[in-house]
Amino acid sequence: MSEARGLTSWLTTTDHKRIGLLYFWTALAFFLIGGIEALFIRVQLAQPNGQVVSAETYNQLFTMHGTTMIFLALMPLGASFFNYMVPLQIGARDVAFPRLNAFSYWVFLFGGLLLNASWFVGPLFHAGMLNVAPDGGWFGYANLTERQYSPGPNIDFWVLGLQILGISSLAAGFNFIVTILNMRAPGMKMMRLPAFTWMTLVTQFLIITAFPVITVGLAFLMFDRFFGTHFYVREAGATPILWQHLFWLFGHPEVYILILPAMGVVSDVLPTFSRKPLFGYPVVVYSGILIGLMSWGVWSHHMFAVGLGPIADSVFAATTMLIAVPTGVKIFNWIATLWGGDIRGTTALHFAVGFIAMFIIGGLSGVTHASPPADLQQTDTYYVVAHIHYVFFGGTIFGLFAGVYYWWPKMTGRLLDETLGKVHFWLQFIGMNLAFFPMHLIGLLGMPRRVYTYAPELGVGTLNLVSTIGAFLIALSILIFLVNLWRSRTHGQPAPNDPWGGATLEWSVSSPPPVYNFSVIPTVTNRLPRWSTERHGPMRDPPAVPPEPIHVPGGSWWPMVAALGLPVLALAPLTQTLWVAFVGAALLIAGVYAWAFQPFEV
Amino acid sequence: MPRYRLWLLTVALWVSGCGGPFPQTTLEPRSDFGSAIDQLFTGIFWWAAGVFLVVETLLVITLIRFRHREGRPAPKPTHGHTLMEIAWTLAPAAILVFVAVPTVRTIFATAGEAPADALKVDVIGHQWWWEFRYRELGLVTANELHVPLGRAVQLSITSADVIHAFWAPPLGGKRDAIPGHVNRIAFRADRVGVYDGQCAEFCGASHANMRLRVVVDSDSGFGRWATVQLAGPAAPAAGTLAERGKAVFARSACIGCHTIQGVSPGVIGPNLTHVGSRATIASGLFPNDSAHLASWIADAPALKPGSLMTRMKPPLKDDDIAALVAYLASLK
Repeated sequence: MSEARGLTSWLTTTDHKRIGLLYFWTALAFFLIGGIEALFIRVQLAQPNGQVVSAETYNQLFTMHGTTMIFLALMPLGASFFNYMVPLQIGARDVAFPRLNAFSYWVFLFGGLLLNASWFVGPLFHAGMLNVAPDGGWFGYANLTERQYSPGPNIDFWVLGLQILGISSLAAGFNFIVTILNMRAPGMKMMRLPAFTWMTLVTQFLIITAFPVITVGLAFLMFDRFFGTHFYVREAGATPILWQHLFWLFGHPEVYILILPAMGVVSDVLPTFSRKPLFGYPVVVYSGILIGLMSWGVWSHHMFAVGLGPIADSVFAATTMLIAVPTGVKIFNWIATLWGGDIRGTTALHFAVGFIAMFIIGGLSGVTHASPPADLQQTDTYYVVAHIHYVFFGGTIFGLFAGVYYWWPKMTGRLLDETLGKVHFWLQFIGMNLAFFPMHLIGLLGMPRRVYTYAPELGVGTLNLVSTIGAFLIALSILIFLVNLWRSRTHGQPAPNDPWGGATLEWSVSSPPPVYNFSVIPTVTNRLPRWSTERHGPMRDPPAVPPEPIHVPGGSWWPMVAALGLPVLALAPLTQTLWVAFVGAALLIAGVYAWAFQPFEV
Repeated sequence: MPRYRLWLLTVALWVSGCGGPFPQTTLEPRSDFGSAIDQLFTGIFWWAAGVFLVVETLLVITLIRFRHREGRPAPKPTHGHTLMEIAWTLAPAAILVFVAVPTVRTIFATAGEAPADALKVDVIGHQWWWEFRYRELGLVTANELHVPLGRAVQLSITSADVIHAFWAPPLGGKRDAIPGHVNRIAFRADRVGVYDGQCAEFCGASHANMRLRVVVDSDSGFGRWATVQLAGPAAPAAGTLAERGKAVFARSACIGCHTIQGVSPGVIGPNLTHVGSRATIASGLFPNDSAHLASWIADAPALKPGSLMTRMKPPLKDDDIAALVAYLASLK
């Protein structure tokens, strides 16, 4: 079975590896867009009374920076590894529902494009400026986001875009749960799953339970905005606090949706490069599950200033502090994994260790605002901006970069340059600490977040300038990363099956793997199949040539057609045109119908 | 002053060059509420700093000690250690007890309760300015909150439109101003001075420009201020520019939004009865001088994006603006 080539083969692909690569490049593009938005923010704040962008544009920039990084960059970068690696790690030929997988990707792409189209379509809405991007913050608090206070199309783009992206995440969530539970190779018991696959599974459960909550919240807001209902309207007897509960009931599990995959990557990278099994594997797995469960009981710590009363504040303070326990356990197990090992300082290991070092800071500052009275001085200030960036940048992004340097050879067949990789790491490490550490002080000295300007009298001008310099160092480090990716196409050393000496199944096949993954489905007898321990020797890799023909399903256009129906549907309320809704619905229904009746062979 | 705060401030001074003062700092509390939070934060900070040092040191030592060297024998494949797992589960849990207990104590101590004789002020957030109503005194002012030194003050915080948050950091933590809800904070200021604050909850275009000041005054100073505020507005002398300004005010759109006692009853914008007595205009954005006042009246949205005080149509003539400025400045 030879690999199909050409644009059509990519547009119709249902191969999890290709979809993984599509996720990677798309998410990387959105990551760059979100990064450019961040640079605009930092330039504006580099000194007091900044004049680079207007208040309106600044509010759009910080809203889109948050929304883009969370929904269009970090989640899908994680998804690119779920797609590429999970079937390989469990010894499967593909995910359970390959076409649904393609559908998830196209919905994500179209949703992201719809959100970002808002930067250019102002004139269509007679807005008087080019950009009508969402401007209510990534948290979109009602009642500011109600039509009365946000009359333009900005929030409409946000609500509709997020609804579409939610469909993508939900479809992928169900797909990966079924895949991990049902598609495991013989002998791949649950407690033999690689840690990354385990954390993926926990993440998917969080996705399928958290996204319905924000879907409901957004549906209420959508109805308020388009049909005049009053779910968050105080004058009609409702309360805008309802939105905050719904949003954070989603929003806090979302934090763990973003961090657990990175924790999974780190739990795979550390053993490989210290040549030691993950210390306390079951404990790392259970603590991941526990973190997932506990993430449902802490949402109100985002609302300590709302005034929920001392009892509610105390309860949520306690549950929030408790989450530090399983998180701490993970960190100790990672250090214990390194302890006594033979640590090879590859770029992937640098990033994995960087994750631990930075995530500790984010976790500890998190404990300081788990305490409600202390949080009353910290919430909505730059102190919290520092905290979330130590968690999402120092945590998630460092973890995901560890994954990129670890798995890139598997995904492309080329090794990345280690020297450039280390330059990238150190620049990013120094850059992030310059950019985000001063923000702790900026916040404690009284600068609120989400402000487009600040007074020179505040005394935080120099600190902000340092932070801006750090942001540009990060940008430089990302440029070096891009050069590294680009160079690897032509200059990268060809990767063998297993460049690192990994223990898990993805390293038993060629780099990149053949379209069918495994010539023979492996039989797994232990948790570290490719290593020899005191109990067992390494398994034999599957033969390079399949002993018998393997059936691989062909591609399909229909997932993309069905996905295209969703943004078209969203255009109907945006443009207030009824017939567009029928076109969108027709595309969606026709796409799903044709998809359902299309045979596997094309 | 605790040592860590000196250290933090030294770092801050060193990097910021200008060396403060920091009018919105949370690290130099000026009330019982602020001090309670600061003490709690200091305790948690030290626990966090300790954990940080121990864990990061452990990580660095591990990395150095077990780095790859040629000829190092293959590592022993240890899979785990039950006792250690139990130990490092219990250790953070134990530390958290030391954080949780003072936390819960402080939560209840700072829940906004105040003695019966407390000065009660209603705080109402508007896009993008603050209204302060002193219930017992029957006086209304905007953007500059005056409170007496050493007396308990209870703020009842709400909003007239979207969600804001009242925050004057040196005097304590913030509370959201939510339409349809009332949140309370209570504090006792312990040093005379002018403290800055600003809205902390994103509330639209000019969220960054929704600033405020709290003036803590001695008991007698506060009394004098209240007496002035309670009096009717100053009447401009006949034939002055201010008198002409009053006429311009009375025949312009100003009266639709602003109250000047005995002149106009508008309630959408700040009460201007004693606007001349305030140090700042436009919600703490500019000093209250005639130049700023004039450009503010001419084109408020240019100075404060999204300002609900729109340009007047037809625009006011320059000499009308000058007259208005003279009138408003006279309203001490």
